[in-house]
Amino acid sequence: MPIGQLLVEGLAIGACYGLFATAVVIIYKTSEVVNFAQGEMAMFSSFVAFHILSVYHYPFWLAFIMTMIFSILLGVLIEFLFLRPAKHPSILGMIVITLGAEMFLMGLASWKWGAEQQHFALPLDQRVTYEPVSGMVINNWTIAVLVVATVVMLLLYVFFKYTKLGVAMRATQQNKLAAKIMGINTGRIFSFAWGLSSLIGATAGMFFASRAALDPVFMMEPFLRAFAAAVLGGLMSIPGVIIGGGLMGLIENFFGYYWPHWKPIVAFIVIILVLCLRPSGLFARHYVKKV
Amino acid sequence: MLKVNNIETWYDLIRALHGISFEVRQGDIVTLLGANGAGKTTVLKTIMRLLYDLKEEQPEKGAIEFLGERIERKNTDEIVRMGISYVPEGREVFPELSVLENIMMGAYTRKDKQGIRDDMERVFGYFPILRDRQRQHAGLLSGGEQQMLAIGRALMSRPKLLMLDEPSLGLSPLLISQIFKIIYDINRNDGVTILLVEQNVNMALKHAHFAYMLENGKIVRAEKPEILREDEDVKEFYLGIARDASVKGYKRYRRKVRFR
Repeated sequence: MPIGQLLVEGLAIGACYGLFATAVVIIYKTSEVVNFAQGEMAMFSSFVAFHILSVYHYPFWLAFIMTMIFSILLGVLIEFLFLRPAKHPSILGMIVITLGAEMFLMGLASWKWGAEQQHFALPLDQRVTYEPVSGMVINNWTIAVLVVATVVMLLLYVFFKYTKLGVAMRATQQNKLAAKIMGINTGRIFSFAWGLSSLIGATAGMFFASRAALDPVFMMEPFLRAFAAAVLGGLMSIPGVIIGGGLMGLIENFFGYYWPHWKPIVAFIVIILVLCLRPSGLFARHYVKKV
Repeated sequence: MLKVNNIETWYDLIRALHGISFEVRQGDIVTLLGANGAGKTTVLKTIMRLLYDLKEEQPEKGAIEFLGERIERKNTDEIVRMGISYVPEGREVFPELSVLENIMMGAYTRKDKQGIRDDMERVFGYFPILRDRQRQHAGLLSGGEQQMLAIGRALMSRPKLLMLDEPSLGLSPLLISQIFKIIYDINRNDGVTILLVEQNVNMALKHAHFAYMLENGKIVRAEKPEILREDEDVKEFYLGIARDASVKGYKRYRRKVRFR
């Protein structure tokens, strides 16, 4: 059995899940809202990239930068238009609002680009491969995913741990009232979180799109899996998300090799088991508020 | 320094503050006293404009003036930048940030690195225990330590006015007297004006320069603490010092007082 190959591919898809789960976690970390529109935000941004590439024929890196800017604006806009006007918002109410935003984006994308599958390619030739150890073939896409995921995770870790803004984001999530009293403009923190999350989501979305195909529902399943990976990691910490995503990719890949029929559901079964045994995820630490 | 003029705050259809006016002068410790539900916390929250989410415009009527500027329609972060710091009831530290990060969040509005470092030393000077615990998560501190952290954090914005909401809540008598002593030192040594909301009337009157008594959302007395401490009604209803029994040896429990 090609252990090395399964390992590499599992880690690569795991890194993809991890990257996307990070986007979910960033919003959850600041506002405790699970953003169900995350997948569709990434889908929409990927379509914008596709549009710039196929209609305007801009070079890829220009299209990439434009898409990144667009994705930030999209995130900020959705927060501003859908979540901020909510009066007396409860967490559940906000989550339902994100579901609405998801439907809205999906409809908009189907209307603009149609429901048929489009080909979306990163400028990475998948045929270029390396074989550092025999039986372990790595292609360009895999390397790119691993590198991007690692860099993004490291940057985020440093950001949340050592920068004033990053700590303020954590503070806002833990106690919004106290954050306001410190002079933190919580509204601006939420905008920033949504922009950043949308940006990372769009990056992951483009990797997913280039792996499969681009259509208005292509992010549904990756989103659910990434969300499951995030839950597995505790929905809170960046390291937890990395490990959750990696586990998810590996479990899926190894099971998929032996029992291909079970591949789509095995990851979810594992998560149900984990949550039965450790309801707060594998790596969550939560304090009960003291009075 | 702070002038509150006839403010009214509503919780939906309930009027919590019925036109409150008071003044805090530069360098003083002013205390707001009153029983549960009198509206003390509401006053502070209205000043900080934390009731914004509740209803668009709070206070509904009246004016709040700080250093000659109207602040009742400013956002909370602007108010903090102007120099008001607020220690909320029940500490409200960030449980999963370390003690040091909590303290640094107090300096969120500031940019001067050297000044922040000096102020951090000052806070550690007042509360040495925080220096030993600086790497721990704040959620793991005891109640008293959390209260110290909340006060220290509030000092980090280098406030001109420090508003404390029941710093004695849930603390042992020994800790209460320690905390009050530190509050007194902060006022005297650093010249921070203090607005103190308390249920522990005895302690509050010992340290304050001026006291207001709230009842049912109205200010019913405004006196020097020395006068209030000697007042028979205050003694009986707030300080719990019983009057002499009557000639027959009965205590008149049914007596009620109206301060109006």
